[in-house]
Amino acid sequence: MGAYVVRRLFFSLFVLWGAVTIIFVVLRLVPGDPAYIMLGPDADQAQVAALRAQLGLDQSLIQQYATYLANVVHLDFGESFRLNADSMSLVLQRVPATIQLATTALLLSLLIGLPLGVIAALRAHSWVDRAISVFSLMGQSTPSFWLGIVLILVFARGLKVLPSAGSGSWAHLVLPTITLALPFLAILVRLTRSGLLEVVHEGYVHTARAKGLGEGIVVLVHAMRNALIPIVTVVGLQFGALLGGTVIVETVFAWPGVGRLLIDSIGRRDYGVVQASILLVATIFVLINLLVDLLYGFLDPRVRLAGD
Amino acid sequence: MALLSVRDLRVEFATSGGVVTAVDGASFDVGAGETVALLGESGSGKSVTAQAVMGIVPKPAGRIPSGSISYDSKDLLAPGVAKGLRGREIAMVFQDPLSSLNPVFRVGAQIGEMFRRHRGASRREARAAALDLMKRVGIPAASKRLDDYPHQFSGGMRQRVMIAMALALSPRLLIADEPTTALDVTVQAQIMDLLTRLQAEEGMSLVLITHDLGVVAGVADRVILMYAGRVVETGPLREVYEHSGHPYTSGLMASIPALEGPRDRLVPIQGSPPDLLDLPSGCSFRPRCQYADEQCAEVEPVLRQLPDRASTHQAACHHPEGVLTDVH
Ligand SMILES: Nc1ncnc2c1ncn2[C@@H]1O[C@H](COP(=O)(O)OP(=O)(O)OP(=O)(O)O)[C@@H](O)[C@H]1O
Ligand code: SF4
Ligand SMILES: [Mg+2]
Repeated sequence: MGAYVVRRLFFSLFVLWGAVTIIFVVLRLVPGDPAYIMLGPDADQAQVAALRAQLGLDQSLIQQYATYLANVVHLDFGESFRLNADSMSLVLQRVPATIQLATTALLLSLLIGLPLGVIAALRAHSWVDRAISVFSLMGQSTPSFWLGIVLILVFARGLKVLPSAGSGSWAHLVLPTITLALPFLAILVRLTRSGLLEVVHEGYVHTARAKGLGEGIVVLVHAMRNALIPIVTVVGLQFGALLGGTVIVETVFAWPGVGRLLIDSIGRRDYGVVQASILLVATIFVLINLLVDLLYGFLDPRVRLAGD
Repeated sequence: MALLSVRDLRVEFATSGGVVTAVDGASFDVGAGETVALLGESGSGKSVTAQAVMGIVPKPAGRIPSGSISYDSKDLLAPGVAKGLRGREIAMVFQDPLSSLNPVFRVGAQIGEMFRRHRGASRREARAAALDLMKRVGIPAASKRLDDYPHQFSGGMRQRVMIAMALALSPRLLIADEPTTALDVTVQAQIMDLLTRLQAEEGMSLVLITHDLGVVAGVADRVILMYAGRVVETGPLREVYEHSGHPYTSGLMASIPALEGPRDRLVPIQGSPPDLLDLPSGCSFRPRCQYADEQCAEVEPVLRQLPDRASTHQAACHHPEGVLTDVH
């Protein structure tokens, strides 16, 4: 078990290194020089050159990368070009808002997705199952930006029952949460349905019935506990997509989270903030995956013992 | 008055190929404290019969359109009745103990669940009761193994766990569906010994579903032979063995040299098992029967007493005389 955890941690560090490296390369591949963008179209060559030197952009890419990595290790992403503040601090300020949104979306998905999946599996091939399937298919294929705009039009502009943008109250959280949750919820429904259908014909489910247990216990305890093993794995992986979704949802709803900061910063080539955001999001993702791995071991004793 | 009485039981499954009649008018009795062997080739409907008695025929594919099952004068097919008796009065042990135990729960908890859910026992009481049962079914170092998971046990030990679970609430009827088929030969005898010992101790009835005639020889009072969802012969073990009144039975028996001899499996009789979606008219054994004639093609034989034999010995064949004289 100890060796396994060490190996897992090492791999996580590797993933983080990959993320910061890719974003470094990508930022320098996309056209647009931050010095130009910051100074505006009126700046002359000398001003641009001076700023480039100040930002270290005149060095070779290798040199820049070495400096960058050294700084990353110290979580030092430099000043934001745009906001004149420490990049990491800027990002960290935005983290609670994103976590809040992601958590409510996750909870909503679990609260609705799991029961819907169970119902669909128990009523497999009935009209209820079909209706749920259609719902989840639509949920999976509806683009978030479109759904977000439709929800704003209906509930904010039309019915005027919820605010269209911004933050500050629970009401502000409703529409972004629904928008962010829907695709994830839809996947959860399908996973739960198929996961449960896969185990309902297993011998131990028959045994549970033969033991005279109630159908609720048979399905929700004996079958579901086994079905959860693959569900948890995929949920962990899909959580990355949910984090990615925050970028769009936060932009549509002007939610003051990391995602919106990231989009703004990319537009302005605010390297420091972009890199800090990516590292942070990647770290959250890696942590979630670690958690899922531990949970997996907890859910499946066969894995737990094999790791010993 | 029999403890369990099955009459004209029919069980159908809706499949993609059409409706399969897995059990087609089966009738039999099991007396209190009796050991009855349910024999038959693969697909003859033994397991489905057991499922019907337990009230666990897979839904929605399966249904019971007609017939009756009564247990202790209660109608097991009436809504909710089987559910109330399952686990408490009627228990079951399955063929493959690995897939029949839940892989994610500790065996102690799986046994203890019987006491917790049926008797409202506390966690500690259930644990103590599970430990007693594990000792009783002969699991060594039971107190240490209480918290192990099924995959940490050997096949034989897993089946002991299954048996412990089935016996938890002292049922009066135990159905064991090929309890030794998935096990090593050396372990098979131990599990059979355990089952017969426990049956004697508990005084319960035992329905033993099996392929293995050797298993049956030692323990069963009576045998019931099934073919294509029907009971084709039934009677006291020795009686049926020595004077089989159905060609199917005599085909099966022909493979064993002596009742107490070396163990033997049912060798398939010549010809292939019937296609349940396309059964022949009249007697379903007809395509494989050397005695078949026109009557066999037209009239479906019913169970009746054999000439010159005890009333408890019955076969569903138009020409039992031929069978009786030919073989012996
Ligand atoms: N859930 C099901 N759905 C459809 N058909 C089924 C189902 N269960 C059983 N059957 C069919 O019913 C018939 C009888 O099956 P059953 O399992 O009772 O046979 P068996 O005598 O126990 O055989 P075996 O010795 O192989 O266990 C088979 O032809 C099988 O295909
Ligand atoms: S009824 Fe006819 S076909 Fe069927 S077993 Fe008897 S002799 Fe053979
Ligand atoms: Mg079977």
